[in-house]
Order: sequence, then structure tokens, then C-alpha cells
Amino acid sequence: MSSADAAVEPGANDPAPSVQKIFVAVGWTVTGVPLVYGLVQTVRRALTLFTG
Amino acid sequence: MLPGFLQRSRTVAGPGFNRWIIPPAALAVHLCIGQVYATSVYKQALVDHFGTGQTAIGVVFSIAIVMLGLSAATFGSWVDKNGPRAAMFVSACCWATGFLVGSLGIATSQLWLLYLGYGVIGGIGLGIGYISPVSTLIKWFPDRPGLATGMAIMGFGGGALIASPLSTQLLTVFSGGDIADVDGGAVARLFLTLGVVYFVVMMFGVFTVRVAPPDYAPAGYDPSTKKQKSMVTTGQVTVRNAMKAPQFWLLWVVLFCNVTAGIGILEQASPMIQDFFRDGGTSAITAAAAGGFVGLIALGNMAGRFVWSSTSDVIGRKNIYMVYLGVGAVLYALLALFGQTSTALFVLFAFVILSFYGGGFATIPAYLRDLFGTLQVGAIHGRLLTAWSAAGIAGPLIVNAILDAQGQPGSLNAADYRPALLTMVVLLVVGFIANLLVKPVSEALQEPPASSGPTGAGASTDDATKAGSRQPESSGSRG
Repeated sequence: MSSADAAVEPGANDPAPSVQKIFVAVGWTVTGVPLVYGLVQTVRRALTLFTG
Repeated sequence: MLPGFLQRSRTVAGPGFNRWIIPPAALAVHLCIGQVYATSVYKQALVDHFGTGQTAIGVVFSIAIVMLGLSAATFGSWVDKNGPRAAMFVSACCWATGFLVGSLGIATSQLWLLYLGYGVIGGIGLGIGYISPVSTLIKWFPDRPGLATGMAIMGFGGGALIASPLSTQLLTVFSGGDIADVDGGAVARLFLTLGVVYFVVMMFGVFTVRVAPPDYAPAGYDPSTKKQKSMVTTGQVTVRNAMKAPQFWLLWVVLFCNVTAGIGILEQASPMIQDFFRDGGTSAITAAAAGGFVGLIALGNMAGRFVWSSTSDVIGRKNIYMVYLGVGAVLYALLALFGQTSTALFVLFAFVILSFYGGGFATIPAYLRDLFGTLQVGAIHGRLLTAWSAAGIAGPLIVNAILDAQGQPGSLNAADYRPALLTMVVLLVVGFIANLLVKPVSEALQEPPASSGPTGAGASTDDATKAGSRQPESSGSRG
């Protein structure tokens, strides 16, 4: 471990709690929106199994 | 030497850090690398562009999956030592570079560049990216490790669900509005686009991921309650000692059998459902409906990763694998013997089987954590993923060899599939027996308590370093 490593205390780079809440919201949006897009597209595709 | 912002010590969170930031960081990586299961979208265009066969293009995918297993096994210790941020960064660089080099290969009609780029370099990114958030999540969620790893590994399944329609839409744009006109140039531009987009999304994960602080335990969680479950250890096992434990190799067999059996359906899903309901020369299932079936089992694969892995937190890891392998074997046998009697039954059996396939992937990190502790669980998981690579080769080989002896998929009937499906039943039974034999790891293979550091939530790579420095055999395994 370098001296630069040793100088960093756990949590030293943590954002403020209010910013963390924003990170949570942004994180789930960044990953959730594409996931919902993929799910909707796949469900639409899967429906052709029942509609022919 | 890593740049400062990537060093593990910079990513250790303080007390009170919001742990719900970590799952989307992991998802950001897994959603991107899950694209590897959406290669069928442009496969035919590449076959036409290079003027070669399906096999030569299919090899690109095979190389990527083999490299996934090899890189996860090789770099697992490095990932544990340097933390998730460095690992995600390297993964993003390799995955994006793989697309860019692959794009160059397509644009210049050099197939070997596609093998090198997407297959080898991208495959390394796959392996490192796949394991990068797993041990971190387990340490942030000691109370629900199955839920945590299920969320991330669900993303790997979800990545294909996103990449498949997204790639189709982009290819339509790049080929002048008509998907039928897709050529190599359009695929080259698709690769460039995906490389850039995936790099940006993965960087979000890189900069938001954090390592749990030492001795971390979420509010209301008491690590001592874990000891009440006989299959959950409070000891710590190094990757070197894990390789000596029969439990590791039993789980290797379990994963190999579960994945091979799942591939049995995945590999042939579209022609299989048409063949099962073929009467003479025509099938009752249209090509469009068969495509819908492929989409449906992809949903089962993804849902199983989250639902079954979360369920394992309640009923236990060994029990859930009894379900995957035991009930899976029964369902496979029912599919082989009675699948042709009803489309609804066929679809139901296949959906549940594929959910077990996904569940098997998502639950294995938590199973490893239960047996070997958190000390080097990332490295142990990486080694175990060689079972995935082996299954990725064995599964299609077994299925294709058996089906080739019956005729050509697309012109077979249900009876022709029985030998292949019943072979998968045997494999699942082998996996079931292997899981049955899994017992707690011998204390002789566990680190002495003084060097194990905090148990459960708090064990970190720093603890691994201590253990490694006290035991020469451990330090060697860390690379």
C-alpha cells in the first residue's frame, strides 16, 4: 500500500447524505429505464407466441 | 500501479453510507456486458459480410465466453485485491476496446480482428466485469446476499433484453431505414456506437461504487444469527485452500450441469418449439411465434436470477439447488415425454427450466460465501466460472451432436429431441447428487481466527492481505 493510500480515511470521499440520495435516484434511473425498455420490448415479442 | 482515483483505499465508504447506491453501480456494468447474449441480431449480416459460415461467426461468441471464464479465474484475486472500482474500470476499457477493434475488423473485412477484439479483449472485459461487483455486494448485504447478487446478475440477463431491440433499431437506422438491408458497414457502426455507449454507462458504475467499511453491518442485522444455519460458515477460506476443498469441485459440477442443461434449450429454442408441434411438413408454431418463445424464455432466465436467488436467502442455498436440479430434472423429463401434447405445457416447462438456469448463476456467489466466507469470495467465484466456459462448449456440442444424428433442426419432430433432452435429465441428476454431497468446509482449510478478521460483513481485502502475509500458500494465490 502506498503512502497516498494510507492517507485516505474510510469515507473521506463520500458525498453528503443528501447527495447520496440523489445518487440512488440517478443510479436506479440510469439502470432502470433501459431495463424497463428491454422488458417491454421482450414482452411485446413474447406476446407473438400467443397471437401468432 | 493504479492511478489514485482507482485505488481501493479511495473507495472505502464511511459509516452511514447509503448501500442502495451499490446495486445500480453493479447493474450498470452487468447490463452492458450482458450484450454478449444478443449477438444473434447481427450474426447473419456478419456471415454475409465475411462470406463465411455460421460456425466461423459463432466462434466469436464462443471465444468471448471462454475468455470470460478464463479471465474471471485468472484475475479474480486481482479483483479482490484492488477492489471493484479498478476492476470495473478495466472491464469497461476492455469491453469498449473489444467493440472498437471488432468494428475495425468488420470495416476492413478482417475476421481475425473481430476474434481478437470482441472475442479476446471483450471477453476479458466480460470476465472481470462479471465478478467485479459480486464480493462487494455480498459485503454490503450480509443480511441478504442472494438478493444482492441476484440484482446484479439479473442485469447480465437484462443486458441481452436491452441490447437485442436496441441493436435492431440502430441497425435499421444505419442501413437507411430498412432492416433487410443491413450490411457489414451498418454492423461496424453499431459496434462503434455500442462501444462508446457502454463505456459511458459503465463509468457511472466505476465512479459510484464503494467498498463496505470494515465491520460493516446494516441496521438491525446481527451476524451471529448466521451461525444458526449449519451450511453457513463464520470462518474464512483463501482461494488456494478453496481449490483443495471437495466443496469447490462439487459446486463446479453443480454449475456445469445446470448451465449445460439450460443451454440445451437456449441453443435450439426457436426450431425446437416449431419441431415439437410439427405435423408432417408444417408446424403449428409460426416463425414469429417461435421468436416470441425465445423472448419468453429470456424473461424466465432474467426473472429466475432475481426471484430464485432472493428465495435462497430464506430457504438456504443447498435447498434451492435441490430445486434447480431436482425439479429441473423432472420438468426436463416431462418436457421430453409430454411437451408435444400442449403448447401451454411446453412453454410453461421451458419457462421454469430457464428460470432455474438463471437462478443457478445468480445464487452461486452466495453459496460460495456461505461455504468459504467473504475473505476471497470474488477470486473463488472467478475460478468457479470456468464451469460456465466448459458448459458453453459442452452444452452445444452435446445437443448438436445428438440432434445431428436425428436430422436437421427445423425438420425434426418431438421424438427426435428426446435423446438430447433425456441426456440433460441425466446431467441434472449428476448435479443433484453433487449438491447433495456438499457439506460445510473442514476447519483445517479455514484461516486461523486471528487472521480471519471480522466475520460476515466486515471481512475486506485488507483482511485477505493479512491472511496472505501470514500464510505463504495464500499469498501465491493472490497473484
